[in-house]
Amino acid sequence: MRRIAKDERTRIRLTLNGRARSAETEPRTLLSDFLRYSLGATGTHVGCEHGVCGCCTVLLDGTAVRSCLTLAVQAEGRDVRTVESLAAPDGALNALQQAFQNHHALQCGFCTPGILMSFTDYLKRNPKPSEADIRDVLSGHLCRCTGYAGIVSALLEAANRIESR
Amino acid sequence: MKPRPFDYVRPEMVDEAIAVLAEYGDEARVLAGGQSLLAMLNLRLADPTVLVDISRIAALDEIVDHGDTIEVGAAVTQSRLLAWPRLAEKLPLVAAVLPFVGHFQTRNKGTICGSVAHADPSSEIPLALAILDGKVVLRSQRGTRMLAAGAFQQDMLTTARANDELITAVHFPVLSDRRVAFREVARRHGDFAIVAVAALMEGKGAVRLGVGGLSGRPEVRSIASTNGSATRDAVQQMAAELEGYDDLHASAAMRRDLLCRLAPVVIDEAFRCAA
Ligand code: FES
Ligand code: FES
Repeated sequence: MRRIAKDERTRIRLTLNGRARSAETEPRTLLSDFLRYSLGATGTHVGCEHGVCGCCTVLLDGTAVRSCLTLAVQAEGRDVRTVESLAAPDGALNALQQAFQNHHALQCGFCTPGILMSFTDYLKRNPKPSEADIRDVLSGHLCRCTGYAGIVSALLEAANRIESR
Repeated sequence: MKPRPFDYVRPEMVDEAIAVLAEYGDEARVLAGGQSLLAMLNLRLADPTVLVDISRIAALDEIVDHGDTIEVGAAVTQSRLLAWPRLAEKLPLVAAVLPFVGHFQTRNKGTICGSVAHADPSSEIPLALAILDGKVVLRSQRGTRMLAAGAFQQDMLTTARANDELITAVHFPVLSDRRVAFREVARRHGDFAIVAVAALMEGKGAVRLGVGGLSGRPEVRSIASTNGSATRDAVQQMAAELEGYDDLHASAAMRRDLLCRLAPVVIDEAFRCAA
């Protein structure tokens, strides 16, 4: 049984974007803060910190979850993927990112990392989503800039492109 | 905001978890998916001494088909139950309500039993458990007991769980009459419902109506379904009895009005469903 006292700093090990990473932290540290402050992976954004805005969404063992509603210690030993994992090492955008660029699906970009990670999971489970399916999943994200139309067309295009490969 | 400091324990067995609960009592909080609890910790609405993380107890991560009931363990996420291949066939009402529970991203981590434990008065899973007359399994070092959903949830965020008890599972009865329907009104899809209404046909001429968002807990009544005006009267009487409550999202009067408008539609849908 894992037991950590409240003021005890323990080393949390996990896999981040395919690499073994670790840092010392307290039990109360949120996964979102652990990624940003302890591991320096600032691609994951933090908006509301209570599960409403969706911009902190990451993949935990391949499943899209809110990193602000996850403790770092809960991700111990598990596989975490963030927006930093999407582009190729040379910076080439993946199909989902490229579709966002094509459709002007971002303005300030604050909400984008979370949306990209949600749909990285969702399009694997449902490769042929309808617009209604997309809007349903998108309801877990808030975007204050775009009005969502560009995001929906980008996601429809991305689904088509990934499906037709 | 960030949570206040707390001790963290992550048992691998149910016995370890209930030993910690016996030791800490009301200073402990059980963490499963954390989709309500982590938000409450971040907002500092909850301030436990110790968090007991049960999410890695393998024995709790099971869906068991007992034939007449489906048992869902305390670590089973909402999305896992939603993806269970027999869900629509065995528990059509649960299949109907789950897409309304939070969002895709929160269902991936939020648990079925966690929603029941949190006991929000308008939340969908406690409503489904109540109208199906399901059961909650509570375990402590003192033993195991099973409570009917109606006896478990007592009021807003208040349940019959003792401080040393762990909810290990809930049981959803499998009904032979598969005619069910569900609707809710919420500010946006995935938010807590303002009013949620579920209906089950009960053989000839009667319908069981379950209502969330009108009082501190889901309310279930059997009413006549055959005669339109008698049904409407019964719904109106139910709305008047339950009164509703005022909060940020809606007034009591609006909640009563929503029930009176939604219930006949939902009853009608259940009536036609698979008919
Ligand atoms: S920061 Fe996590 S949902 Fe808003
Ligand atoms: S692009 Fe600015 S919030 Fe979505």
